[in-house]
Amino acid sequence: MQQPGSQALSTDAAIVLRNVSKRFVSPEGKAFTALEGVDLTVAPGEFCAVVGPTGCGKSTTLALISGLEPPSRGEVSVLGRQVKGVQHSVGYMFQRDAVFPWKTVLDNVAAGPRFRGMGGGEATKRARDWIARVGLSGFEHHYPHQLSGGMRKRVALAQTLITEPRILLMDEPFSALDVQTRALMENELLDLWAATGASVVFVTHDLEEAVALSDRVVVITAGPGTVKAIYPVNLPRPRNIQEIRFEPEFMRIYEEIWSGLRDEVLVSYERAKHLLAS
Amino acid sequence: MTATVNSQSVELAGDLDLVRARARARRRWMVLFLRIAVAVGLVSTWELGTRIGCYGSDTATCLIDRFYYGQPTGIAAQLATWVRDGTSSGPLYAQIYVTLLETVLGFLIGSALGIVFGVLLGRVPLLADVAGPYIKALNAMPRVVLGSIFIIILGFEIWSKVALAVVLVFFVVFFNAFQGVREVDRDLVSNARILGANPRQEFGHVLLPSALSWIIASLHTSLGFALVGAIVGEYLGARQGVGLMIATAQGTFNANGVYAAMLILAVLAILAEALVTRLENRLIRWRPNTVTDVTF
Repeated sequence: MQQPGSQALSTDAAIVLRNVSKRFVSPEGKAFTALEGVDLTVAPGEFCAVVGPTGCGKSTTLALISGLEPPSRGEVSVLGRQVKGVQHSVGYMFQRDAVFPWKTVLDNVAAGPRFRGMGGGEATKRARDWIARVGLSGFEHHYPHQLSGGMRKRVALAQTLITEPRILLMDEPFSALDVQTRALMENELLDLWAATGASVVFVTHDLEEAVALSDRVVVITAGPGTVKAIYPVNLPRPRNIQEIRFEPEFMRIYEEIWSGLRDEVLVSYERAKHLLAS
Repeated sequence: MTATVNSQSVELAGDLDLVRARARARRRWMVLFLRIAVAVGLVSTWELGTRIGCYGSDTATCLIDRFYYGQPTGIAAQLATWVRDGTSSGPLYAQIYVTLLETVLGFLIGSALGIVFGVLLGRVPLLADVAGPYIKALNAMPRVVLGSIFIIILGFEIWSKVALAVVLVFFVVFFNAFQGVREVDRDLVSNARILGANPRQEFGHVLLPSALSWIIASLHTSLGFALVGAIVGEYLGARQGVGLMIATAQGTFNANGVYAAMLILAVLAILAEALVTRLENRLIRWRPNTVTDVTF
């Protein structure tokens, strides 16, 4: 049934979502459609940003790709194979702190390899290496609550990257940080990512962040989420997050995408007002 | 010129710190002094009250009747007698030992059962749904009445008291363990699964540590309950123990004896509490120290 072209695409692509829908049923029995007929393809090594208004199903998209949630309809495949549950090739950075508060920095970063059966000595060695790479040497034996928000994000980044994921899913990972720390972390992420060659799906509601980081920006409509439009970002790499914002090309792309995003944000805003009023 | 101004202001700032530190130290001493003053004031008023306005040997005519309300010097004398000559049920240390043994055993067994069942029911929703109403009914019942049953079944030795302490401790720990497992952060579970944790690792590395902070919080309360179980059990019927000492003192209208035993219990409770706090700090080093002890 499949056309030869799409067959070739699915084996080449790192991530393919084909006509994917996701419905949740609330405890009261009400169905809620988070995603409706989403088609999305991410190439190997591509940095793809997903933007959309609040509650449009951006995080759900990541949950489907990661295998934490199954789709209600449609097909999700990663690295040419259909997703059936969590797989080792995927890394996931959550919006809120998801580092384990009862583990030290070292144990947090070593957790992935340890879970996957690596010996303690080897895992610790690699964890120390990653802690150094994210600039946290000297904090190995600190607990997360003793670190600042930015440092905890570095722990999460090292914890995710140490498993060498070929697919990296990021759910507004830096949204809780102050502007300066955020720019620093974004630069660091780009450096680390460049060395791994992983495909990234980066969910954010911040269009500036999306354009600055990615090769492609996907705009999702206000819920139920569908892909409204996809915009290529042809800015040269390596990029400096703080400076790239002043490039004329950056401004042009930003304005182009914003004109598409604005309507969706307004729709979602009106709905929220309605909900409050009723 | 500016240099002098700077050094002066630095010196001033240093002085200010010193002044503040001194004020803090002074305040600490003042608080300690006032605390002691309150104790001395209360005890001496009590003592004086039992000695003022008395006609002859009729204690009822005194401002405070020491026959009913006791007398600090009488309590001290009672304690001295117990230490020197022992109690009617044996040496004092043996009574304290028995009560402590019952408390600790009840605490350990009750906590262990509470954790096991709490985690089990927290993990298996079907079990929780089925057992829910029964547990609520058992919890609603005033459980000290079970003490009588336990004495009938287990006799006057320590095990009837341990059983009562176990029952009291169990529910406190059970509900906390249950809640702890249920309230586990979904993101942490997802993160562990993404990082490759199998169900056993998920349990050991996420669910258990998460529930542990709830369980530890319940240990303070449950240790108090264990002591209550032991004392009430002894009170209902025993051969040894501080609860029996209270029952004996009550039976002979010895108010001083009841107060003296209360004093012993208060000391035991404070020591036990300090022990749990140390255990807590050891077991959950990873948590920010939110519990600042206001008493010391």
